[in-house]
Amino acid sequence: MLRIRTVLARLSLAALLGAVVLAAGCGRAPEENAAGVINIYSARHYQSDEDLYQAFTEATGIRVRRIEGTDDALIERIIQEGAASPADILFTVDAGRLWRAEQAGIFQPVESQVLRERIPAQLRHPEGKWFGFSSRARMIFFDAQRIPAGAITRYEDLADPRWVGELCIRSGGNIYNLSLMASMIAHHGLEAAEAWARGVVANFARNPQGGDTDQLRAVAAGECGIAVANSYYFARLMISEDAADRAVVEKLGWVFPNQQDRGTHVNISGAGIVTTAPNPAQALAFLEFLASPEAQTRFARGNNEYPVVLGAVLDNPALEALGPFEADPLDATLYGVHQAEAQRALDRAGWK
Amino acid sequence: MRSDRRLSSLPLVAMLVAALVALPVLTVALHVFLPDEGAWRHIAAVLLPEYVGNTLLLVGGTACGVLALGLSTAWLVSVCRFPGRRLFEWALVLPLAFPAYVIAYTYTDLLQVSGPVQSFLRELTGWSARDYWFPPIRSLGGAIAMLSLVLYPYVYLLARAAFVQQSNGIIEVARTLGCSPWGAFLKVALPMARPALVAGVLLALMETLADFGTVAYFGVPVFTTGIYRAWFSLGDPVSAAKLSAVLLAFVLTLVALERWNRGGMRFHQVGAPAAERKPYELRGGQAALAVAICLVPLTFGFLLPAARLAWLSWMGGDAQFGTRYLGLLWNSVSLAGISAVVAVAAAVVVGYGLRLQPGRPMRLVHRVAGLGYAIPGSVIAVGVLIPLTLADHGLRGWLSAWFGVDSGLLLTGGILGLLFAYVARFLAVSLQSVDAGLARITPAMDDAARALGDGPGRTLRRVHLPILRANLLTAGLIVFVDVMKELPATLILRPFDFDTLAVQAYKLAADERLAEASTASLAIVVAGLVPVILLARQVSRPAQRRQRSDTATLMAPAAA
Repeated sequence: MLRIRTVLARLSLAALLGAVVLAAGCGRAPEENAAGVINIYSARHYQSDEDLYQAFTEATGIRVRRIEGTDDALIERIIQEGAASPADILFTVDAGRLWRAEQAGIFQPVESQVLRERIPAQLRHPEGKWFGFSSRARMIFFDAQRIPAGAITRYEDLADPRWVGELCIRSGGNIYNLSLMASMIAHHGLEAAEAWARGVVANFARNPQGGDTDQLRAVAAGECGIAVANSYYFARLMISEDAADRAVVEKLGWVFPNQQDRGTHVNISGAGIVTTAPNPAQALAFLEFLASPEAQTRFARGNNEYPVVLGAVLDNPALEALGPFEADPLDATLYGVHQAEAQRALDRAGWK
Repeated sequence: MRSDRRLSSLPLVAMLVAALVALPVLTVALHVFLPDEGAWRHIAAVLLPEYVGNTLLLVGGTACGVLALGLSTAWLVSVCRFPGRRLFEWALVLPLAFPAYVIAYTYTDLLQVSGPVQSFLRELTGWSARDYWFPPIRSLGGAIAMLSLVLYPYVYLLARAAFVQQSNGIIEVARTLGCSPWGAFLKVALPMARPALVAGVLLALMETLADFGTVAYFGVPVFTTGIYRAWFSLGDPVSAAKLSAVLLAFVLTLVALERWNRGGMRFHQVGAPAAERKPYELRGGQAALAVAICLVPLTFGFLLPAARLAWLSWMGGDAQFGTRYLGLLWNSVSLAGISAVVAVAAAVVVGYGLRLQPGRPMRLVHRVAGLGYAIPGSVIAVGVLIPLTLADHGLRGWLSAWFGVDSGLLLTGGILGLLFAYVARFLAVSLQSVDAGLARITPAMDDAARALGDGPGRTLRRVHLPILRANLLTAGLIVFVDVMKELPATLILRPFDFDTLAVQAYKLAADERLAEASTASLAIVVAGLVPVILLARQVSRPAQRRQRSDTATLMAPAAA
């Protein structure tokens, strides 16, 4: 009796081990697909991306496999996986991370006439190591009842002492604010940018907390007068089916900052082909697909982002209502170059 | 003869397993000796004082919170009788099913300035948002409240097990010697339950130290947020590792302080557990008060947030809800199940290895293997990634040299990396329960089995494991629930097209779609309820019937 139980116990242990090995193996089932497959490591976390991938598969027959995670973790994973990495594409949501991945030697240069012609020069790497495919603008919003339009028009105004106790903005560790700060450093130099950050901190209505949408809601609720948020969060509220969201929009005034001088700070979501990509041809097909009119419109329609290809159709009532604006033509790699410096300056300024 | 040969192999295997589990933590710790990129000086000068201060407050506050909620309720349900006691006995464990970040999202949605509570208040009074003060939910205090609400069940479970098994004689003696019920509690029951309480609080605090979701969302700068900032914003993994090492030192200090303070005290049980103990009958106002005390953590830790999530999912929720969720659920549950089995098996091997060979080196690996619980998931993930990909490259080179095939990455390509990370993070939990059980088995049993000709392996199978059954189940269930809730390591290490419920909730929440994230969040809680209820039954069962020895070995921690 006991012997049978022992045998059973051993059998079940063996079965368990077998299951673990099987489960471990099934992550990399070989693909028998005529058109092939691409493996995407993506830091984008939007549900509309699945439609985008599906459209790509329908157009080319190439199957998409994906791992989504945070940018830096994905970069770390690719570095560790080294020559054996299955990654074909790294897709990030921030220019600074593209720069960091490029610095780590993850991207290979790509020669594509399609990409070079369609994507503006400041939104892609000069050697074609990465390309921006969509952009978002960092906008300023204000309480339309209390603050007249035109009272605040530039990022520099956020540090104006007249707005003391009015400003809601998220954490200084957040990448959107880091890239904004990096652009301030690029334009004004470190010292002036840090002084600006101190002025901004002095105007805080509350400690930095929550996401961008939370800042917009806080203005609508009256907790603060001014907020900074990315364009697509606002656009999403504009076309929301929830009446409460649209009521928030009603209460807000908005401005694309610095239209009279350098233009509004924009950040990009972009991708490049990994140096060790096992499927480089399919990966290039994917990048070129992202620059196609259809995919560009999907970024706008599905996720309220701005297309980067000139003349792409928006097909999005919210973005059309916000209207055209001048973007800061600053080279996006500078966000990465100045990022650590920006973080240290924000820390010193007390921007939590 | 056969058994003698095995005598030497089991501790060796234990040592290997423990070292393997400790590998990610060691990998992180070893970074300390690498030159950093200058971020450490900046962190030490500008940020460290605030990190230390906030972390101390967070840990101190959460310790008070979990003790207040866990100890009071455990005492009430185990020694008093009042209406609803049997319901509370298991229901008080339910908040364990909530990931801390989910309860933080839910309470923020309810209590922030634009949320329903404050909006209603403004409508009622005609005030504007600046006319009144409302306790800010996204604050250090808020974080303490959230973590206390979901972590107190650790204290509750352990304290309850301890109170239930306290031999009645001692309390009776205290009472006959003139102690009031309160006096008996303070002077006898509480000091005797001390190892259990300390173990519960330590588990809660380690989880608090590793928490990132809640503190990041609330904007409270503590060690974990600092680790992320050093690594991601400052691009300096070495400085991040140095911060992690400070965090580890912090945990070791906590543990050492308790040891030193406890000194040479021992906590063996004498006499029968409180099977026939006469409970305190509470009536009238006292009973109402007891019900109220039990209702507070249950309501705020479970009923209210679960109701809000259900409401949000009902009103809007995730547009992708449907068959996709079956896949998510399967991924979550199978991962959690396999991890639980592996973690418990590893805990048995490591715990039993220490019992067979209680030397200093064995104690050291045993200790280090349990440290992963206090390390943030993404740091563990990197600690897993580095050694595992190294092994992967070795394996790949070997396979191509001998068989001429390119195997790709076998280890990190599947779920093996994930399992490794989970076991490295959660071994502390299973080890805790297994050690507790082993400590209660008198060495005389080992000797008897050996005298009758069984080797250590057979003794383990035929004597220890059957006695430990309840402990193993408890350990497995807690690891299961913890893995269901785990996010950062899952995000980084999962294979292609492998989403779990936690990943789905994260994707929506990261995109600031909290209403849509409610569906997946609720699914995590609901899926976690089954093991949590099993756990609760497991803990309350021996109090009512059956083997008394089970009671003693169930959850209470080792005196060591």
